[in-house]
Amino acid sequence: MIDTFSSISPLTFLFEPITHEFMRRALMVSALVGGVCGLLSCYMTLKGWALMGDAVSHAVMPGVVVAYALGLPFSIGAFVFGVGSVALIGFVKQKSRIKEDTVIGLVFTGFFALGLVLVSKIKSNIDLMHILFGSPLGISQEDVEHTLIISAVVVAILLLFRRDLMLYCFDATHARSIGINTGVLHYLLLSVLSLSAVAGLQTVGIILVVAMLITPGATAYLLTDRFDRMTYLAITSSAISSVVGVYISYWTDIETGGSIVLVQTLIFLVAFLFAPRYGILKPQRNHHI
Amino acid sequence: MNDAVNDSNQLQPFGIEANELCVDYNGTVALYNASLKLKSGSICGLVGMNGAGKSTFFKALMGFIRPSRGTIRINGLEVSKAQRDQAVAYVPQNEGIDCSFPISVWEVVMMGRYGSMNFLRIPRESDRKAVWHALERVELLEHRNKPIGFLSGGQRKRAFLARAIAQRASVLLLDEPFSGVDVRTEKLMSELFLQFRQEGRTILISTHDLNHVRDFCDLVVLINKTVLAYGKTSEIFTSENLTLTFGGLPPDVLSGPATAEGFIE
Ligand SMILES: Nc1ncnc2c1ncn2[C@@H]1O[C@H](COP(=O)(O)OP(=O)(O)OP(=O)(O)O)[C@@H](O)[C@H]1O
Ligand SMILES: [Mg+2]
Repeated sequence: MIDTFSSISPLTFLFEPITHEFMRRALMVSALVGGVCGLLSCYMTLKGWALMGDAVSHAVMPGVVVAYALGLPFSIGAFVFGVGSVALIGFVKQKSRIKEDTVIGLVFTGFFALGLVLVSKIKSNIDLMHILFGSPLGISQEDVEHTLIISAVVVAILLLFRRDLMLYCFDATHARSIGINTGVLHYLLLSVLSLSAVAGLQTVGIILVVAMLITPGATAYLLTDRFDRMTYLAITSSAISSVVGVYISYWTDIETGGSIVLVQTLIFLVAFLFAPRYGILKPQRNHHI
Repeated sequence: MNDAVNDSNQLQPFGIEANELCVDYNGTVALYNASLKLKSGSICGLVGMNGAGKSTFFKALMGFIRPSRGTIRINGLEVSKAQRDQAVAYVPQNEGIDCSFPISVWEVVMMGRYGSMNFLRIPRESDRKAVWHALERVELLEHRNKPIGFLSGGQRKRAFLARAIAQRASVLLLDEPFSGVDVRTEKLMSELFLQFRQEGRTILISTHDLNHVRDFCDLVVLINKTVLAYGKTSEIFTSENLTLTFGGLPPDVLSGPATAEGFIE
């Protein structure tokens, strides 16, 4: 691995990959999905929906398999099952005395298991590894288009409802008391979550997509006390991680999803250690009184 | 629903009107046959012991808890309509917010204006003025750029009061605004409430400090799962009634669940 790096010039490192069509595609899709998931991750971390993100991303699994079997675009199947899992979680929670995190864990493992069973039973040429771990380097033109559409929808919703969603995450009671329909916002956010999970699945796969949905937000949260700045930071760090991750994956032949998420985690680690105000190694100020 | 008639009816007699409200939490009765009519331009103190149902009453008035029986009108309108008109502001007992949320005091108070803004919630000059003015009134102007989590508990209470002020609602529901604030803030708040009364707003305040009630509440409601007594502070605030309220005596000692419709009319 060291050899690979030392034997190429920086210019080759940067430009050789983009002579390939598949790499241009992979970089574009990964950066886009990274940015979109980064934006959403702010709401996820502030609302405390990390587990929900994990649930939805796993629950889309059977949807992907069913969609493939029926010859539908897999994003549609994934979205239906993503939203379905969320509805089911809400229903079980309301109708029983079981606590929410238990219900979430219960539903998403159930869905995921169903997905695994379906993959092994339905004869198709689905590559389980591609679903589980993503394959941005092998993404098809059709998948690129779907990702573009999904990203556009997610970004449009998040921009249009930016303030309302921020208010909803911060103080839902106040939102209600000024006549905002918080039920609509709740399901809007969950739908956007399902869509983003579908998009993220392309690049890092089902297992790691939750990282895309929380790590950039967590990183940004350590760096600022302003919501708007937090969104910019999350989008930027997430998009950069994706691009860097894809490059590293190309040159070292390591698994792409893992590479992207690892870069994100490293950025988080740097913020965790060195963030100006909230890093654990923040510069000691002199205490003048 | 005839909105035109409601809107043109500027002489709405009652800011808050609750009729025989019953609320239960999964079968446990928290509020029974509570009725209240509150004129615009008055301050009403809501007094009762812990667990008497004060917060429940507020939540029911805001439509956060669905009463099992009874009706509520705010300025003569249905609650949801009044809320959409920004007619009612509510400051809960515990804000129940995440204090490490990355948001400044200014932005929090600006949230009071959201309901009056366009769909994208882009503040106009008038919104900024309202926020500035509200922060000025609670003496938080110098802290406006701080993250909300950097404020002390009492300052935070003032910030949420400022948000209610910025909303410019005509009906204010304040659940224990005085708990945990210092003497100076207490004075500032009570002066503020008197000003609000002058401006013709309706204010319902729950409090455990009976001196506040004597000092600036025109009206008082004594509750313990139902309205025990209601009326002018000077008439209702007797030691006998207070013993009744805090002594845990059954409500029917005072001629059944008292309703106060008769009083205002
Ligand atoms: N979410 C809830 N679920 C079940 N019971 C509740 C709930 N909230 C309140 N109660 C019960 O309803 C009753 C009234 O509670 P409420 O909070 O309205 O009292 P309060 O008058 O505001 O008291 P305090 O002075 O302590 O604020 C209490 O007996 C309480 O135990
Ligand atoms: Mg209370």
